[in-house]
Amino acid sequence: MTDLLRVEDLRVSFSTRHGMVAALHGIGFALKAGETLGIVGESGSGKSVTSLAVMRLLDRAGRIASGRIVFQGRDITRAKHGDLRSLRGAAMSMIFQNPRSALNPIRTVEQQIVDVLRAHKPITLSAARAQALELLRAVLIRNPEQRLHAYPAELSGGMCQRVMIAMAMACEPALLIADEPTTGLDVTTQKAVMDLLAGITAQRGMAMILITHDLGLAARYCGEIAVMERGLMVEQGPTATLFQAPKHPYTQRLIAASPTRRSTLADLAQGEPVAPASVIQRPPGTGPLLDLRHVLKVFTGDVRAVDDVSFSLPPGGSLGLVGESGSGKSTLSRLICRLIDLDGGDIIFQGESISAIPANDFHRSPRRRDVQIVFQDPHDSLNPRFTAFDCIAHPLRRLEKMRDGAALTTRVHEAASRAGLPMDLLERYPHQLSGGQKARVGIARAIAPRPRLLVLDEPTAALDVSIQAVILQLLDRLRKEDDLAMLFVSHDLNVVRMLCDDLVVLQHGKVVEAGPSAAVFENPQSGYTRSLLDAIPHFDPHATAPLLQVAEG
Amino acid sequence: MSVLSGIARRVGRRLLSSIPALLGVVVVTFVLMRVLPGDPAVFFASGPSAGKEEIEQIRHQMGLDRPIPIQLARYLADVATGNLGHSLTTGQPVTQDMERRLPASLELTFTALVIALLLSVPLGVAAALRPGSPVDHAVRMLCTLGVCVPTFVSGLLLIYVFYYLLGWAPDPTARLDIFASTPPDITGFYLVDFAMTGDWSGWWAAFTQLLLPAISMALFVLAPLARMTRASMLAVLGSDFIRTAQSVGLSRRRVVITYALRNALLPVLTITGIVFSTMLGANVLVEKVFSWPGVASYALDALLASDYAPVQAFVLLMATIFVLVNVLIDVLYGIADPRVSIE
Amino acid sequence: MSAAAIQRTSTARHVLFILRGNPVTAIASLGTALLVLIAIFAPFLTPYDPIASDVAHALAPPDAAHWAGTDQLGRDIFSRIVAAARLDLFIAVTAVGLSFVVGAVVGGFCGYRGGRLDRWVGRFVDVLMAFPLFVLAMALVAALGNRMENIIIATAVINLPFYIRFARAEVNVRRNAGWVEAARACGDSHLSVVLRFLLPNVLPAMAVQISLNLGWAILNAAGLSFIGLGVQAPTPEWGIMVAEGARFITTGKWWLVAFPGLALMLTVLFFNLLGDGLRDILDPRMRT
Repeated sequence: MTDLLRVEDLRVSFSTRHGMVAALHGIGFALKAGETLGIVGESGSGKSVTSLAVMRLLDRAGRIASGRIVFQGRDITRAKHGDLRSLRGAAMSMIFQNPRSALNPIRTVEQQIVDVLRAHKPITLSAARAQALELLRAVLIRNPEQRLHAYPAELSGGMCQRVMIAMAMACEPALLIADEPTTGLDVTTQKAVMDLLAGITAQRGMAMILITHDLGLAARYCGEIAVMERGLMVEQGPTATLFQAPKHPYTQRLIAASPTRRSTLADLAQGEPVAPASVIQRPPGTGPLLDLRHVLKVFTGDVRAVDDVSFSLPPGGSLGLVGESGSGKSTLSRLICRLIDLDGGDIIFQGESISAIPANDFHRSPRRRDVQIVFQDPHDSLNPRFTAFDCIAHPLRRLEKMRDGAALTTRVHEAASRAGLPMDLLERYPHQLSGGQKARVGIARAIAPRPRLLVLDEPTAALDVSIQAVILQLLDRLRKEDDLAMLFVSHDLNVVRMLCDDLVVLQHGKVVEAGPSAAVFENPQSGYTRSLLDAIPHFDPHATAPLLQVAEG
Repeated sequence: MSVLSGIARRVGRRLLSSIPALLGVVVVTFVLMRVLPGDPAVFFASGPSAGKEEIEQIRHQMGLDRPIPIQLARYLADVATGNLGHSLTTGQPVTQDMERRLPASLELTFTALVIALLLSVPLGVAAALRPGSPVDHAVRMLCTLGVCVPTFVSGLLLIYVFYYLLGWAPDPTARLDIFASTPPDITGFYLVDFAMTGDWSGWWAAFTQLLLPAISMALFVLAPLARMTRASMLAVLGSDFIRTAQSVGLSRRRVVITYALRNALLPVLTITGIVFSTMLGANVLVEKVFSWPGVASYALDALLASDYAPVQAFVLLMATIFVLVNVLIDVLYGIADPRVSIE
Repeated sequence: MSAAAIQRTSTARHVLFILRGNPVTAIASLGTALLVLIAIFAPFLTPYDPIASDVAHALAPPDAAHWAGTDQLGRDIFSRIVAAARLDLFIAVTAVGLSFVVGAVVGGFCGYRGGRLDRWVGRFVDVLMAFPLFVLAMALVAALGNRMENIIIATAVINLPFYIRFARAEVNVRRNAGWVEAARACGDSHLSVVLRFLLPNVLPAMAVQISLNLGWAILNAAGLSFIGLGVQAPTPEWGIMVAEGARFITTGKWWLVAFPGLALMLTVLFFNLLGDGLRDILDPRMRT
């Protein structure tokens, strides 16, 4: 059988302020009809550029420098836009991340699907409309008749992605490229969308290229995997072989860094087992460090963001707070940090109620330095006008009234080195740091005033897996060295399991399950926890067959 | 049908919600004219030589010796009944003067707006479709220079070139040559009235007379409109859904017009409101330059003659028109962008 | 070298880098500097007394003696343009400065706190914006009295809504940023978060706004004096000069209008170009 798509020695470069920058350094792969290929890589690996180049959708700045793209036996590397137009949508189509912004906000779902159909087929408007309805049924949208007349803003993210899938398959193309199709969706929605995508492509014999940063996703839905790093395809092969016996060191690192059902923190970052410098032994029998009693937070419109939540955390303990978007976990973390006021219940810290102090005055409380927070998005959590040094020095200046001088510098250096931040980066501004470095600055800032409790609000959600692994290890080490209690807020049960002794699962502001991590993970009591666990795309390097068959069945 | 009733509801709601702003406008106007330093009675007196007793008498007549809230209430009642006082210069009720002169101002402003939109939108789109091209550079230069030339200077220079040097334009005073006959007063808009009576030579005369002031006003607002069209078109062309439209193989026409332009025009519509406000202000300058017999030049003459009732009425009128135009723009926006009504 | 000194040299180098890559901004900054110098040293730069009339040489076109010609009273137009620079710049800078300080602080707090204060300020701004702004300025000058300081106040008031809205919006999008919450976790009060964190971050964007507004303020002030408000003849001022020259345009005496008009145009142009350039210089995110 001949190849449906063949890419040979493809090189792409972008013109930037600093001249031409190469994004792809000669990659090649091939795909036969009906096959599924996963292209896996971290940010900056060039995986999205590859997909856009194949569709010839690179923006103005991007240019195919050399190489060939052969699709259905035709060389389309230099094809004219008129020829491409008849291919796109009809023979190959694409699904993007951020489904909400991928749809035209001022056209209805029906209009947009009809536009695609009529661009490629000579059919009447009414026939196209009827077909649009069929397509919505095919992507399993409830109440398709009503949804036809909806605008994208009226639909959820998952629903938008289904519409996007309907548009992409409207003309039954031979190839579907899905670029991070589930990033930004909740885990349970993620699974549903991926299952749909896999089902439809398998049913209709379409080939699919899945571009993703998530090894688990690729393992579950693809027969072949290609791993990309910095514009190169470092390894490719059948899923089972690649995971069982990865040859390239980068693939090995990547697989190791991706959490699986059984992995421990030590497994994640190979060759970097940094043992805690000293482990503080705590006298037994002390009371809890943090104790939440029936905490309640109501937002305008009588929305109970946090509804009667109680749990406690011992000194030096670690607790995971798990939930999807809208579960109230972020609100809860801000309540505990006393950045916002609660509407009921009590928060006891070291035996003393801190919920009575209004959030507006809490900055003057001596407890302020004891509770610190690390924020989700490292890009957004540092003041763009402060250097890394100033960011870390800030809490020391404010909370410990330290003045500029040797003492302050020593403390900042100490915090930075404990967070693994090289000293020569301290004079840089946030925009001059990488995501992982910014995360370290955020952690250094939080530990600088030597708090007793560290609240971590999805500290690794915006990071690549390899960096996530290192940061998780760092946090674990800090906790053990300092006897620092940690409250780890995350949507990722797997990550929480590795880092935390106990976990609390939240849904709609309520606690649905709580208990020791291992127990909850092995034997979840609530249905919601079970569905969260099921939805996580695990992969197992030792499994014999890819999980693709599950999707096809 | 439901669409229409939806629009009607929207207009109604928007009109209702503009009432506080209008009330605020009336109060601010009142404060400006009555409460701030300067005794209005002196302004409303027969002349600078008016005696103390006469002023006292006027104070009493105008109710200026009453407490401020009562004065405000009276003023509100007067405004509501359309009683805006008398002009000292013309001796007529201000409402009547305004009614006669308003069409001249509106005709000028709307013609200028139409000229500006017809030029700026295609220019902005052309520039955005080929960023970095000579067309783009030319448009950007035009945008940069356009906002720098004050209307009164560009108006005078247009007169110099087209009237004095080339002789193409008619004498730049008033709406028609003083010897030409005015059209029958149907709408007050000369272009409309001439067209309705089929007097095409009269229409042409009025049109050429209108052209220079309208162009000098349009030149000033061309830049912000073209700049916004270019910027929003560029932003839309770079957005995800345009990439989607290309990825499913829609024709270029469809991508540029139906997908990109219709989205790009939304911010242009919003800025048109601000531009309109600028134009109402620029009216004052253009009407002075071209001796245009509109409400602005009427108010200006009154202002310089310390005749305050027309000024007050003018400020109120301009603000009301602007509020109503904003209602219109808001409604149009609601029709053009479904996201507004979803919320 | 101390950290501050390093930062200073790197800022200077960054400015130079931007200017080299962006000649238009370089020209605009030179032009603005020149304008400021002219405004400061105006009395020493005028070849003739700007208000001394010389009827014998009235309405003379530009020549070697009078570079920009003379007006209806025989006054040297070039000297009057130079003398007017000081007044026009003074009005614009004072007015914009006033509205910037008030607008940034009020808008900043409204954007951060929201609530009732924000609603009332918002309503006030809405009412101001319901007036065509030039008309509002006219009304203000009419109400306050036809004097120069009132031109400044009027120009400041009509600029105010932009600064309030701008500062409000800019602060509002940042108020939930991680670094703002982090500052509070580090012990900053709300007041200090606004003054030491949010406003400094909003400043670059506002500097651009200031530069663009200076041009607009000059146009407004000139427009007001063109229609006979504020500055009175025979004081040299660009708007008045154009107004006086307007009577002679239909007889072809273009220089009475063209030269003061050109001065206005160049000034506004420099400020606008500088505004675009400032954005690149002041935003540390552009620094690499």
